Amino acid sequence: MHSYQGKGLSSLGRHEAAFCAELFRRMLRIRRIEEEIERRYHQDQMKTPIHLVIGQEATAVGCGAALRPTDLAYSSHRTHGVYLAKGGDLRAMLSEMHCRANGCAGSRGGSMHLIDFSVGMAGTSAIVAGSVPLATGAALAAQMQNAGRVVAVFFGEAATEEGVVSECLNFAALKKLPIVFFCENNFYSVQSPIEPRQAPRELDRWAAAHAMSAVRVDGMNVLEVYDAARQAVERARKGEGPTFIEARVYRYRAHGGAGDDSKTGYRPVAEREAWEKLDPVEGLFKLLKEVDRKVIESDISREIEEAFDHALRSPDPTEEDLYRHVYAVG
Amino acid sequence: MPWDEGLVNSLVYDAPSAAEGRVLAYPKAVNEALDIALGRDERVFVMGQGVDDPSAMFGCTRGLKEKHGAARVFDTPVAEESMMGVATGAAMNGMRPVYMHNRPDFILLAMNQLVNHASKMHYMDNGKTTVPMVVWAAIGRGWGSGAQHSQAIQGLLLGVPGLKIVMPSTPHDAKGLLLSAIADNNPVLVFEHRCLMKKDGVVPEAHYAIPLGKGVYRRRGAQLTIAGASHAIELAQQAATKAAAQGIDCEVIDLRTVKPLDEAILEESVAKTGRLLVVDTSWMMGGVCAEIGCLAAEKWFRHLKAPVRRIGLPDVPSPAGYALEQHYYPSVDRMVAAIREMCPWT
Repeated sequence: MHSYQGKGLSSLGRHEAAFCAELFRRMLRIRRIEEEIERRYHQDQMKTPIHLVIGQEATAVGCGAALRPTDLAYSSHRTHGVYLAKGGDLRAMLSEMHCRANGCAGSRGGSMHLIDFSVGMAGTSAIVAGSVPLATGAALAAQMQNAGRVVAVFFGEAATEEGVVSECLNFAALKKLPIVFFCENNFYSVQSPIEPRQAPRELDRWAAAHAMSAVRVDGMNVLEVYDAARQAVERARKGEGPTFIEARVYRYRAHGGAGDDSKTGYRPVAEREAWEKLDPVEGLFKLLKEVDRKVIESDISREIEEAFDHALRSPDPTEEDLYRHVYAVG
Repeated sequence: MPWDEGLVNSLVYDAPSAAEGRVLAYPKAVNEALDIALGRDERVFVMGQGVDDPSAMFGCTRGLKEKHGAARVFDTPVAEESMMGVATGAAMNGMRPVYMHNRPDFILLAMNQLVNHASKMHYMDNGKTTVPMVVWAAIGRGWGSGAQHSQAIQGLLLGVPGLKIVMPSTPHDAKGLLLSAIADNNPVLVFEHRCLMKKDGVVPEAHYAIPLGKGVYRRRGAQLTIAGASHAIELAQQAATKAAAQGIDCEVIDLRTVKPLDEAILEESVAKTGRLLVVDTSWMMGGVCAEIGCLAAEKWFRHLKAPVRRIGLPDVPSPAGYALEQHYYPSVDRMVAAIREMCPWT
């Protein structure tokens, strides 16, 4: 059993109620969008692999809230949460997932490659750890351009098994790059638990051995995530170098596709149920007063309905589109 | 300094005439291109293992750090995959990196970032970002370098959409093609060849650009076309001279860029000569030789008067020892023999 090790969310602390309510709204919005994607997935209108973030909303939202629109976010294959938390356009996302010409990547990306440069959602990779060096390069560019821009890159704990992440930690520490390495440790890579993959190790200590600031947070606690991310972003912006954040989280659904696959036996159903009791969205809601949940829910619901309609009404790309942008002109 | 210096030093090239212009050694021409690019565009930077060490990549990077600063010309960790990704990420965000490798063999460590990422980011995000990046490496040959230090990998990369592959054969081209590669908005691989590093040539001082994807005639002839790039073209020109002495009139096409490939110049020449010998510094199977041979069969068959011939490397890893190498690499004599077989009237 991979058990919860956080202290739980018992108060809003020094955070303003309005700010907390906004974090709740953002997490709930992602949750509802994911649930609707899941509900419709069997209709096969979205011909794209999906990696739902249900259960992991607090990481993207907490870190996203610490970033400016001009800061950049890079993500792994599990893109939905980061894209939405960074402010990515929902209609363009759903068009992309419906393989339409007006998708955020013109139907060359699909669910794993959601981008929106207007809000700094800068890149993803479907190769484990693939976007980590891209983000490190983006941070090098930010430093060379003296842009005051910070880069955050999201990846799972399995990525730390890829040598390239260690290479990037070394380079970022060496050059004091303005980057936050955000590791979401959900204990599983597809259906492989962490135990046969990694010797028992503390990922924050492993990262710290690369001569950088590193911290572990409760990934089910959006406020704790936000606090750590804000500190890391401030450090990066001041030129004090990179930070590694390990956030322990749990995905309620299968690695990919709709529904949970715990019953196949690779993880105990009771484990998921235990984590669901610590839900980041509902946990925060319990502490909020004067939040009209009905209004929030209905606003979200209307937005989602409208965005799906938009996607379904959008045109397919043509054969001509296939050949566009293989090479950049000039 | 690399240990095949002895071999490279032993190569003798015809000295160019100073009357035609300023004569520069090959590495100095590369150096001048980098210097000009760094001076013209503050987005350009040069990175790679040893770019600022005393050997300075055959001299190609000598003095650049002192002139343009350590922030723009820097040594890297020995970490090819991440550095390829760092160059890609920087290129996606407004910079124009030139990532230099001593040998293409080490690019193989970075195939994930090069093939899975750099080559297709522009396509995958529907043209929103560009990856204006140059990946430079010098192919080794001979003197015991062996199977992991002598490889020419252009054939492996030829089938990857989104990449460009440049293979200069003269100091003049090395400068002009590198300047074009740096100015290009796509990931461009520039493969130099160690055997050309001691070659001198006429190189204009000013900035000039040679278009990517365009070949050039090195020799005009009527009876047989030899096409290739890089050091293979050096050998091809010597072979054409020998063949001329035996009464065979060869045309030599230096492709300069093997991807995109200048099909027009190949077609024009094959339509005239009807005979095509493709030469390359790398493996024949599935590579530049194979692709051009296939194009001839598919598109220019009606012009052919003889089967297409290939001279590249056999489907064998590069050997280390001197005696084995003599049977392995393309040579002028092998080219002449193939030319004679293709022109049986001689």
